[in-house]
Amino acid sequence: MLLFLGMAFSLGILIPGKFSLKLQYDGDQVLHIVPETLQQVQHLQHLCSTLLLDLWKPLLPEDIRAGEDLHIRVPAPLVQEVKDSLDQHTISYNIPYKQSGSHSELITSSLWTQTFIYQCERILIHDVQELVDQSTPETSSQKQIPESYSYTQYHPMEEIYTWMAQIQKNNSELVTQHYLGETVENRTIYYLQISQPSDKTKKIIWMDCGIHAREWISPAFCQWFVKEILQNYESDPKIRKFLQNIDLYILPVLNIDGYIYSWETARLWRKNRSPHMNGTCYGTDLNRNFNSSWGTLGVSYNCSSEIFCGTGPESEPETRAVVQLIERKKSDILCYLTIHSYGQYILTPYGSTTEPPSNNEELMRVAQTAAAALTEKYGTSYEVGPTSLILYSNSGSSRDWARMIGIPFSYTFELRDKGTYGFVLPADQIQPTCEETMLAVTAIIDYVDQKYFPGGATMLTSGSLGLSLCLTAVLTLIVT
Amino acid sequence: MAELPPTHGPASRAAALATAYISHRHGSPGHGWVLRDVRRARREDSTVNCTAEVLYHLGNEKSAPDVQFTIEGELKNTDEADNAFYNRIQSLKKELEAENIPDSYGNVSPEMQPIRALAWAASGYVIWQNSTENTKYQLAQIKHVKQVKRTDEYLEFDYVILLHENVSQEIIPWQMTVLWHPQHGIEVTQNSCQAKHALD
Repeated sequence: MLLFLGMAFSLGILIPGKFSLKLQYDGDQVLHIVPETLQQVQHLQHLCSTLLLDLWKPLLPEDIRAGEDLHIRVPAPLVQEVKDSLDQHTISYNIPYKQSGSHSELITSSLWTQTFIYQCERILIHDVQELVDQSTPETSSQKQIPESYSYTQYHPMEEIYTWMAQIQKNNSELVTQHYLGETVENRTIYYLQISQPSDKTKKIIWMDCGIHAREWISPAFCQWFVKEILQNYESDPKIRKFLQNIDLYILPVLNIDGYIYSWETARLWRKNRSPHMNGTCYGTDLNRNFNSSWGTLGVSYNCSSEIFCGTGPESEPETRAVVQLIERKKSDILCYLTIHSYGQYILTPYGSTTEPPSNNEELMRVAQTAAAALTEKYGTSYEVGPTSLILYSNSGSSRDWARMIGIPFSYTFELRDKGTYGFVLPADQIQPTCEETMLAVTAIIDYVDQKYFPGGATMLTSGSLGLSLCLTAVLTLIVT
Repeated sequence: MAELPPTHGPASRAAALATAYISHRHGSPGHGWVLRDVRRARREDSTVNCTAEVLYHLGNEKSAPDVQFTIEGELKNTDEADNAFYNRIQSLKKELEAENIPDSYGNVSPEMQPIRALAWAASGYVIWQNSTENTKYQLAQIKHVKQVKRTDEYLEFDYVILLHENVSQEIIPWQMTVLWHPQHGIEVTQNSCQAKHALD
């Protein structure tokens, strides 16, 4: 009961300007952890059970999973002990509500009331006093992207890894980096989850880049996309609207080994780096390796071919990494996007058959809208249609697979150009390519959002107003 | 005869071939030809409309396809740029030699632009000679180019180019010897497909 009152008090404090009660509630911390291995999961489960830590997410220790977010509230007296234990097991964590500057952001973010409800059930902010002391919510003009990172240059993999960590660090309330799997050469594959804090289960839109090593504009676009969403989150109501109900999962580089190889050894490398025939031949075409009529059309069974489909469907760890996650979450995934170059196409399923998918008309219509939006920007024209008709037949593509397992919207983008530079697209085209492509991708996201979450933005505003009024009323009752 | 929609795979392969052929017939160091989407006007407006008819000799893959084309309007005169390039190369103290054009980042230095345009035009011949209705070739990169000294007035360049074949996704190294003169045009005197491991 006391605890509940304590919560109610801080409830009041966090509504700006309404109350000036002082509250002693500091010391407790909420830790955000993403366990990477089974061992780490087991250790965390052990910790939670023995110290009776308060699990916010997931709710039960047995639901802790590698690669998934873990939020634990640690009571003040136990904070050091828990942190020491995590350090010992090389488990990294961050404290989402502790970072300096994030308090004002918490209050001023247009969805602070929602975030706030989530916290209020079992309140936990590192230093409420600090929060109270902040007088007026200032509009955060602080850029959340590292100023010095250039989005109009191509970056080697090391820089992309650093970028991902930085993006998460600077935007921890919206972005989390997740472990997806490992490549043939044991490099870790990460994806970024952009998720508006909420206790709702969200639907998902997935976008991967860099399946083919030489298509450098593709990872450049994924990075651009993340940057744009984060930079415009506060100023663009359309972004906040779709993030209400949809999480974005962005995989900047899937074929990491191949990408590195194209930087260091052979610029026009396409496949991954799996060794075959006793190391005399390398690489499977990951986009022929998925279990969508695998090995039937438009492939080679010969390792020396650029379209070698592998030794079996999902023979490659990179393929399996994607498949495992998407399979697990498929009931929540509304849209699968995969970014390639070149050719200037938006390709719909299928490549492995000319038989169209059941929602072909809708797929085409949405793709055409997206292509039109793209062309508006600089006049770049894109062709739209099924791979089997527009290009050639091919089996085992990720896009076909995604559609076949039931993800309704599944598209391959082939970005600029049409062959003048092909894979070696000059860096001065990164910006215009990304800007125009952004319009196409957001057109698709908007459509998906409207389709599955109809009802406008106006509801959002009045909703949150109503909520804060409601809270004030509740508080008054309890305090008096 | 069935009508093909313009975006149909085979139609786009034929269009790419026609571009390559026209490029071979009308390209020069001063000006290259690329296939654009004609529906949109572009800023650097030397875009002209072309109509082409491509006839593949089915069953006789050794025979290059027939290409008939018409160019609408005037072609830009490139004499000035061609002559400037010619004179520059003739005045070089050492034979020109270069690699990776464009480089990994898509850069082509101004001095190498005409070398690239020349390769583009010459590769048009190679592509034309080696195309079938199931292939779509693009010049991906000049791996290596070396000028060959001559006693006559022609310029000669020995290229190893990389062709990207869009259906198989292969990168095919191809050697070609190119003869050029501002007044006499381009001739590919020798060309041969190289083994794949010639890349590294």
